[in-house]
Amino acid sequence: MAGITIDRIEKKFGAVTALQQLSLKVEDGEFIALLGPSGCGKTTLLRIIAGLESQTSGRVLIGERDVSALPPRQRGLAMVFQNYAVFPHMTVYENVAFGLRMKGASDAEVKKQVERAAGLLHIEPYLERYPAKLSGGQRQRVAVARALAVEPAVLLMDEPLSNLDALLRLEMRSELKAVLASSGTTTVYVTHDQTEAMGLADRIAVMHKGVIEQIDRPQALYERPATRFVGGFVGSPPMNFIDLPVADGTARLGGFSSPVPLRNGTVTAGIRAEDIDVAEDGGLPFDVGVCEPLGATLLLTGRIDGQLARVSVRPDSRVRPGDRLGLTPNAGRIVWIDPADGKAMGAAA
Amino acid sequence: MTRSRVLPYLLIGPATVFLVLLFVVPLVQTIALAFTDNGEASLTNFRKMVGDLNFGLSISNTFLLVLAVIPLQLCLALTMAMMVQKLDKGRDLVLWIMIIPLGISDLAAGLVWLTILQDRGYFNTVLNMLGLIDGPVNWLSYESPVSLFVGVMLAEIWRATAIVVVILISGLQLIPKEYSEAAEVFGASSWTRFRKITLPLLKPSIQSALILRTVLAFEVFAVVYALSGRNFPVLVGEAYAWQHVNQNNGVAAAYAILVMVISLAATLVYIRTLRTPPEMQS
Ligand SMILES: Nc1ncnc2c1ncn2[C@@H]1O[C@H](COP(=O)(O)OP(=O)(O)OP(=O)(O)O)[C@@H](O)[C@H]1O
Ligand SMILES: [Mg+2]
Repeated sequence: MAGITIDRIEKKFGAVTALQQLSLKVEDGEFIALLGPSGCGKTTLLRIIAGLESQTSGRVLIGERDVSALPPRQRGLAMVFQNYAVFPHMTVYENVAFGLRMKGASDAEVKKQVERAAGLLHIEPYLERYPAKLSGGQRQRVAVARALAVEPAVLLMDEPLSNLDALLRLEMRSELKAVLASSGTTTVYVTHDQTEAMGLADRIAVMHKGVIEQIDRPQALYERPATRFVGGFVGSPPMNFIDLPVADGTARLGGFSSPVPLRNGTVTAGIRAEDIDVAEDGGLPFDVGVCEPLGATLLLTGRIDGQLARVSVRPDSRVRPGDRLGLTPNAGRIVWIDPADGKAMGAAA
Repeated sequence: MTRSRVLPYLLIGPATVFLVLLFVVPLVQTIALAFTDNGEASLTNFRKMVGDLNFGLSISNTFLLVLAVIPLQLCLALTMAMMVQKLDKGRDLVLWIMIIPLGISDLAAGLVWLTILQDRGYFNTVLNMLGLIDGPVNWLSYESPVSLFVGVMLAEIWRATAIVVVILISGLQLIPKEYSEAAEVFGASSWTRFRKITLPLLKPSIQSALILRTVLAFEVFAVVYALSGRNFPVLVGEAYAWQHVNQNNGVAAAYAILVMVISLAATLVYIRTLRTPPEMQS
């Protein structure tokens, strides 16, 4: 039983507030991704869970145990550091074995676990080398292997795959997911790569400026972002945000109209690039600026009433820069956002 | 290719010339002095040196002092450096206070301890006030070799630990704190972290500090001279005595050669035993 409860954690570095009253509940065996831009407090939160940083206020519970005041080694977790922290004076083998040795495991046990972890991360050929002789990506895998070798109940990972090439990253990603799911390890995984978060996590917590903006399953997060920030951060290309004038509860622009949960004023329509039907005319008037063939789709970048928008169309569409098209968004998938606070509004009234 | 091979030698050239002029030339002269007698090659000076009553005593005293002072000093300096490293506020102040002895010459340091330990010094005064002794005790006489030795040891430790601390602190600052943090997360106690992470990563600094301190310790003289005169003979003290008291610079040179050989040997031992292979450096 090793769920994690983060209860109103606040962290100040002098005048800088890195985390503001942040709460988060990770279920036992769950895989949570902390997703957010650089400097939003992901590493700080992870270090507080690990006990390497002391919180200004709030509590951390692991299982039923309040660990807020315990030193890291009594919290029963493993961690992959953002800058690896692979011990330079030990061979790769001894690095991976470190946690097991600290637990007093027998040599046979150590050997077995090291070989298993090394196999998972494809670092067997380097076991007798020293880290100075490894590439960044290889060192990073040593750091992950060191954490997996102890078979922790709670695993904290700070951008553990950031230094791998795209192919290896994809492979490691699926292997990590399979291993951690089968061992039932409670995992908090920090990343600023949204595809990685979507692919790996049971739930994603999107962080922004020291708060969690939204926490949900990847698909729900993608489809129903709670804020403009989440819609813009999750998904590639980012969600389109088009301001529309509203009169009498109806938003209208060009040939497009839709009921909105607002009487009068302006509303922001959050629309995914692929949730749009494209026609010769009618609907939202779209002036094509750039066409990018992405293989599976053709990505059009242009303007709706002067506002930046991106649309995915079939790769064989004959669209040219300078064309004017008519866009009809899929009504059920539009997210209505209040431009004043950037928060999503309830369903259309 | 050739250019990049020659360049390092060119760059180190000026320093080498300087060293040759100011170090190698006097060295050769000293060697010549030690190995000649009236202009002829001979071992007379060394025979005289070894035959002297104080020779064995000065060797054993010097080695005893080094063996007693250096390990103690290293442990003390490691402890101090680790503590300073942990401080948040007042770190600089503590560091300043700790390195004050560094700014004092060794003769002055010897005199400081003389005022403490002599017959009517502070130490006896305090003991007297506490009622532990009746009259003045002579701690530094040749009749009480143990207390004399301890006195010299104290003065040496007080005087020269700071330099070791400074070297170790600068070494500690080069070790990223993540290593210790990672070890802590994986269950290492603070003592284990010190032994398995900090100490091995600090090895290059420990090596430098030990070489520097040991070489200087074999050359110990002024502190001893201030505290005991010739009651506690040491190697460099004997060289001084032969030069200025006995007016025999041949034997003095022989002592100088001996001290040099011992220092070189000690340095070699450290370089061998405390080697950090390049691949194990961070
Ligand atoms: N030791 C520290 N002292 C002062 N400020 C700090 C310290 N550590 C972090 N901060 C600040 O706290 C904020 C959050 O930092 P953190 O390292 O948690 O970001 P992050 O989300 O991990 O970013 P990245 O994706 O770049 O790693 C930043 O504004 C950072 O400048
Ligand atoms: Mg970070």
